[in-house]
Amino acid sequence: MNALTEIQAGSRALLSGNEAVARAVWEAGVKVASAYPGTPSTEILETLARYPDLDAQWGVNEKVSLEVAIGASLAGARSFCAMKHVGMNVAADALMSQALAGVNAGLVIAIADDVGLSSSQNEQDSRYWGRFAHLPILEPADAQEAYTFTLAAYALSEQFSCPVILRMTTRVCHVKAVVEVGERLTPDHKGFIRDARRWVMLPSNAKAMLPRQDARDAALSAESDATPLTTVLDGADRALGLIASGPAALSAREALPDVPILKLGQTWPLPMERIRAFASGVDRVLVVEETEPLVEHDLKAAGLDVMGKDVLPRHGELSVSVLRSAIARLNGEAAADAGPASPGVISGPDPDVFPRPPTMCPGCPHLSPFYCLSKLRRAVLIAGDIGCYTLGAGHPWQAMDTCTCMGASITMAHGLAAAKAGEDEKKGVVAVIGDSTFLHMGMQGLLNLVYNRANVTVMLLDNRTVAMTGGQEHPGTGFGIHGEDAPRVDYVALVQAMGVKPERVHTVDPYALPDLFKVIRTEVQVPEVSVIITNQPCVLTDRHVPHPALKVVEEDCTGCGGCITIGCPAIEVSRRETATTNSGKTRELAFARIDSAFCTGCNACVETCAPNAIVPLNPADHPRLERV
Amino acid sequence: MTTTDRVTNVLLCGIGGQGVLTAAELLARAAIAAGHDAKKTEVAGMAQRGGVVTSHLRFGPRVLAPAIPDGEADVLIGFEAAESLRWVGQVRPGGQIVANALRVKPPVVHQGLFQYPDDPIGALRAKAAPNGVSVRTLDARAIANELGTVRLINTVMLGAVSDLLPLSAEALRSLVVDVFRARKPALADLNGQAFDAGRAAVSDAADPAPAEAV
Repeated sequence: MNALTEIQAGSRALLSGNEAVARAVWEAGVKVASAYPGTPSTEILETLARYPDLDAQWGVNEKVSLEVAIGASLAGARSFCAMKHVGMNVAADALMSQALAGVNAGLVIAIADDVGLSSSQNEQDSRYWGRFAHLPILEPADAQEAYTFTLAAYALSEQFSCPVILRMTTRVCHVKAVVEVGERLTPDHKGFIRDARRWVMLPSNAKAMLPRQDARDAALSAESDATPLTTVLDGADRALGLIASGPAALSAREALPDVPILKLGQTWPLPMERIRAFASGVDRVLVVEETEPLVEHDLKAAGLDVMGKDVLPRHGELSVSVLRSAIARLNGEAAADAGPASPGVISGPDPDVFPRPPTMCPGCPHLSPFYCLSKLRRAVLIAGDIGCYTLGAGHPWQAMDTCTCMGASITMAHGLAAAKAGEDEKKGVVAVIGDSTFLHMGMQGLLNLVYNRANVTVMLLDNRTVAMTGGQEHPGTGFGIHGEDAPRVDYVALVQAMGVKPERVHTVDPYALPDLFKVIRTEVQVPEVSVIITNQPCVLTDRHVPHPALKVVEEDCTGCGGCITIGCPAIEVSRRETATTNSGKTRELAFARIDSAFCTGCNACVETCAPNAIVPLNPADHPRLERV
Repeated sequence: MTTTDRVTNVLLCGIGGQGVLTAAELLARAAIAAGHDAKKTEVAGMAQRGGVVTSHLRFGPRVLAPAIPDGEADVLIGFEAAESLRWVGQVRPGGQIVANALRVKPPVVHQGLFQYPDDPIGALRAKAAPNGVSVRTLDARAIANELGTVRLINTVMLGAVSDLLPLSAEALRSLVVDVFRARKPALADLNGQAFDAGRAAVSDAADPAPAEAV
């Protein structure tokens, strides 16, 4: 809503933490920024792409993005990389070695932790990487700090010639607050330093760097004890003192306004002298950190008597409510377990109200693949992957057996196929993966399948976007980050080049439901690698062309409920009846109707209707229109 | 209402795609324009796929925590009847609710896995009354449709809540109209009318008949 790039220096704007990081990256004079989308980090690069004089690019995965940023730093320009927490697992190989070598121009890596798992497969604390890779960690608490700390991170990176990690959480990334912004800097291009002993990580070179890394650790510890990013929020009640960081520090201030807080802006290395001085001024110390007890354990190892996860929850957000009830328990207050601040008030969502889980969209091209798989359920094992289509595990399809991480559908299907036994032995094995996930980390798995002569049917659901994170471009879309034309991968040629036989590669329109079903049923029985590519775009992108809506002819509907099982949100139940068959058995009937406001006219449901009761809303529209 | 020296907590709830986040953003901008500090947060993530959406807006002299503490919302703005019922417990004693009577049943209800409440607004009132929480309802969708497009629902809802916040209703109206004048000029006046219609709808005490989603 803000014209972000037009915000004048010195003015105040309502920015999210992600937008604030992007603004600061641009102001820092960064030349190259790369990221792979992932909640809650996606908007950082999306925002950066709108700024001028900066090369913002979507990378195909986080390791690739980080290596691009490292290369740019070595060439002498400030660079940037962003990812969600699990992205760093992918990028870790680059991080761990480059951390030893260091950087030339400033390199900042923003890692966004999904505290509370709103859109992730796990909850991970990225502050571990600082300890693991010997790198400083800055931890902003809100959007203003996200901006300030990002600028400070570039200075720190160049002062110590090492990458700096900016640890974000959902409640920083996605919280909008008032931020005061400044001018763009124009740092000198440092130029490439030709020094093979520094940049070529041969064992002999790397070994020589270890003492330098030790010295850097010591210097960073001293710096952390002096940094203005760490502050004390005074309080009169010295019976307790809090050592806190991130948004939890602000929640703690609100929950306990009289309790002094040492607010850590840099959480690695720890400012041990300041911590000791702070601890000596209060009776008891509680460490408030999301999510792992990292600071707590370090302080205990240093001989400090502190409390932490024995008082506070180990998972999820440390909100005002969570902190209040934990402190009440700590103080032995009777009402502590009641939770909410006001007696008689229920907290949280009402558990009696039905759940409203996320769904696939009306006309989503993933509906029919999962409909088909649900009909083959007893004959196949299904390895799923990360994306909107992970919803295929839920109702009404329940057509997914595994989902672990990006690209693991293909590789885990490989393992399932290699080791299945007993009642599973005769089952086919299907891997379901989206286009962006395939390009991120699925290609290697497919190569491995073919090389090892495995028997897996790979369903590549190509909807031409990174749908789950809001529709970003990638090498399979034909467009770059600014919407400009870009080379587009040819999946058929790609998988054939990897060794999949041409007769085992099928491109199918997922809206042609019978065709899709036949291809899947045939290929799961073929004892070699098959690839089935579905080719309709995501309905949320402008590549999708909607067609005239359909309706259910009320008098023709038999209440069989067949169309409900495709899972399209545009298909609703108008009434239910219990019927008695000739043999005396009772049968539940669900009569359907289609919400014409949401129906995209994809026709996928037409073939699920035995009595042919689904027809065009307007009789003039033929139901089988040609599609792009 | 007049400006207070404490933080005002506004919880907005609804379903992905209803414009909840846009409404929260406009309220945040109105609060900042009135000289407040403000924070606005939501857990979106997968919610944009037809799931539950909530947005927290806090404004006042200085806002610390981003999320509203449990049971401390001063005002709940519900874009869908059962969603208002879901979040009624977050409203403080003596707080206020503006609830859209619209009902939207999710696929899990159509699939027969869960029941949609028969009378969500009645249940909402029953839960609100013991805590002295006032409930005002309106059929924002019917009002929006009458003005020509269902897309006006969130402006109708902003109008409906405009007299319950320590912000100037006139200033909020001007901001909404100005935003549309800059982005979609053809819709600017229509949004002004939608705001006025929403504002007038809740000042009538009578409740509308619950609106069923098509």
